[in-house]
Amino acid sequence: MTALTMVEAIRDAMARAMEEDPDVVVLGEDVGHDGGVFRATEGLVERFGEERVIDTPLSEALLAGLAVGLGAQRMRPVVEFQFDGFLYPAIDQLVNHAGRLRNRTRGRLSCPIVIRAPYGGGIRAPEHHSESPETFYAHMPGIRTVIPSTPRRAYGLMLAAIRDPDPVVFLEPKRLYRAVREEVPDDGEALPLDQCFKVRDGTDVTLVGWGASLARILEAADLLAGEGIEAGVIDVATLKPLDAGTILDAVRRSGRCVIAHEAPRSYGPAAEIAALLAGEGLFSLLAPVERVTGFDVPVPLPRLEDHYLPDAERIAAAARRLMGYR
Amino acid sequence: MQQVASFAVERTAYLNADGTCAERLPAFAGDRDELVRLYRSMVLTRTFDAKAVALQRTGRLGTFASSLGQEAVTVGIGAAMRPEDVLVPSFREQGAQILRGVTLEEIFAYWGGDERGSDFAGPREDFPICVPVGTQAAHAAGVALAFRLRREPRVAVCVMGDGATSKGDVYEAMNAAGVWRLPLVFVVNNNEWAISVPRSKQTAAKTLAQKAIAAGFEGEQVDGNDVIAVRAVMERALAMARDERQPRLIEALTYRLSDHTTADDARRYRDDKEVSERWKAEPVGRLRGFLVARDWWSKGDEEKLLADCAREVDAAAEAYLARTGQPATAMIDHVFAELPAAMEGQRAAIAALGARAGGEGR
Ligand SMILES: Cc1ncc(C[n+]2csc(CCOP(=O)(O)OP(=O)(O)O)c2C)c(N)n1
Ligand SMILES: [Mg+2]
Repeated sequence: MTALTMVEAIRDAMARAMEEDPDVVVLGEDVGHDGGVFRATEGLVERFGEERVIDTPLSEALLAGLAVGLGAQRMRPVVEFQFDGFLYPAIDQLVNHAGRLRNRTRGRLSCPIVIRAPYGGGIRAPEHHSESPETFYAHMPGIRTVIPSTPRRAYGLMLAAIRDPDPVVFLEPKRLYRAVREEVPDDGEALPLDQCFKVRDGTDVTLVGWGASLARILEAADLLAGEGIEAGVIDVATLKPLDAGTILDAVRRSGRCVIAHEAPRSYGPAAEIAALLAGEGLFSLLAPVERVTGFDVPVPLPRLEDHYLPDAERIAAAARRLMGYR
Repeated sequence: MQQVASFAVERTAYLNADGTCAERLPAFAGDRDELVRLYRSMVLTRTFDAKAVALQRTGRLGTFASSLGQEAVTVGIGAAMRPEDVLVPSFREQGAQILRGVTLEEIFAYWGGDERGSDFAGPREDFPICVPVGTQAAHAAGVALAFRLRREPRVAVCVMGDGATSKGDVYEAMNAAGVWRLPLVFVVNNNEWAISVPRSKQTAAKTLAQKAIAAGFEGEQVDGNDVIAVRAVMERALAMARDERQPRLIEALTYRLSDHTTADDARRYRDDKEVSERWKAEPVGRLRGFLVARDWWSKGDEEKLLADCAREVDAAAEAYLARTGQPATAMIDHVFAELPAAMEGQRAAIAALGARAGGEGR
């Protein structure tokens, strides 16, 4: 078994699903012989042919709408959107159709579709290529929102997303596409779509995040460990539906929580988690909940990007502030 | 049964690939100075392009979209427009931008990841580069509607790629232009590729120009590697838009000789042979051949021009590389006209991050 990058693990999961289920088709711009701009679909057209790996005309509204129609016909489209910034035209179809077709028809029609897009910053990309739009999708009724942070979790979550009977928005932290390699057995094992991952134990403070922020959180946990602060780490992974139990459990033990994300601060997913803690978690809190997030600005072009993206130092500093409360 | 509609799409071309000419030329082509201006602009664009790619390859510029082979389209557009018109570009229109007064340093800055590159000192009303493909088409319709409502004799020029014509918003903008008779010229820069997707997989329509016909106005083709032809059809289209409120679509037939961007490797999906074949029709050598045949251009002229362009581009690159970065707070200072009080805390946090990193951004 060879160690895989995240982008290879995602490709393997798609290939596995296509192997298992003839209804799985891959669509998108440049997903065919180019293998996708990040190579997530590399080799798929050679293996499954142009009828199952479909290069589409350039239109994201089309992609999202096609997925709804294909899904209603019981196919399982996995649709690649080239970048986060080009996913916005899909919002109309997702809100108005994919997320409610089942409900509107009382279960007669449904949308077992996966909307994939690379997301987030940190690769010095051009304008509109570094967005963190997870809130938009997590806010939509009837849509699951999933973000992997390791190759293994990407594999298992992608398989689950494809097999799930409902629409899943699957955002892939492009900064981590090739950042690490990990053994990923191609065993067809899916991961649950409603469970956070406890990545590290630690009872002084709980650090919560997803996607590329998770790597920064783990760095922060190392920094803190060096100072005698034991930080637990949770990879939320399935933002919607949110696994409240795992987060509450951890915070019950630590009494302190820092949530980090790249998305802008206001109305970002950290607010949802903070609300959870302010409600069901209130009596276990020893300190206010800290959010370490992007700012309420369009993600800056590369020159200022580092000042925008939460890094380990910002996350650790938030945790230290919380340690001042006892 | 009766026929209720029919249409034809015309194509304009003057120069053959070897620089000889097939048809009677438009009047401006009798003016050596004007042709030399066009030639110079194309050479400058190409020189800039090569420098940008070189800077990217050495880590001093971000991802860059080259216009290699498409200089005649972008220069023809820029040369025909009036200063008071508004350019609504996509991302391969460096040549037009330069002619309209965007500085080379600004273009470097933009692709170097610095927002100040979109704050043009020259054409203050031109739109910045548009990355989300096709979304700019409706902006151009809005600009043209403003011209119309204010009775201003100005024209909006919207440039997009062949791939962009597959987008609904592009058709929506064309539809509005048709129904309101907007002073708007759409230029489809048909370089035959949208990253790895060839024109043939983009649409079954025989021409992209004919998409205008469905929207109720004329579309035409032009040899996009013939700068005289591009300038001529642009001039005609601009005059009709300005004086008769006739929108128009110009499909410029050209070819993307470069990779899609510096982040792309076109050999994965297109044959090198196709590319070398298409080099034979590239626009710069073509106009040079014409100038030389007329005895309007000497070896000495060529050498001097190449040296001048290299000097100009190098000086801009030096200035770009020597720029001081923006303060970290620049990311928040232009989001609203005035910073809302509720965001002052965030601004202070950003300032502290900037100070932590030792002041300015990269
Ligand atoms: C809405 C949108 N989708 C996808 C992309 C990614 N992308 C950038 S350029 C491009 C192809 C554009 O092709 P075309 O319109 O022919 O313009 P060209 O690049 O050939 O100049 C794609 C798919 C994008 N920038 N915007
Ligand atoms: Mg193109």
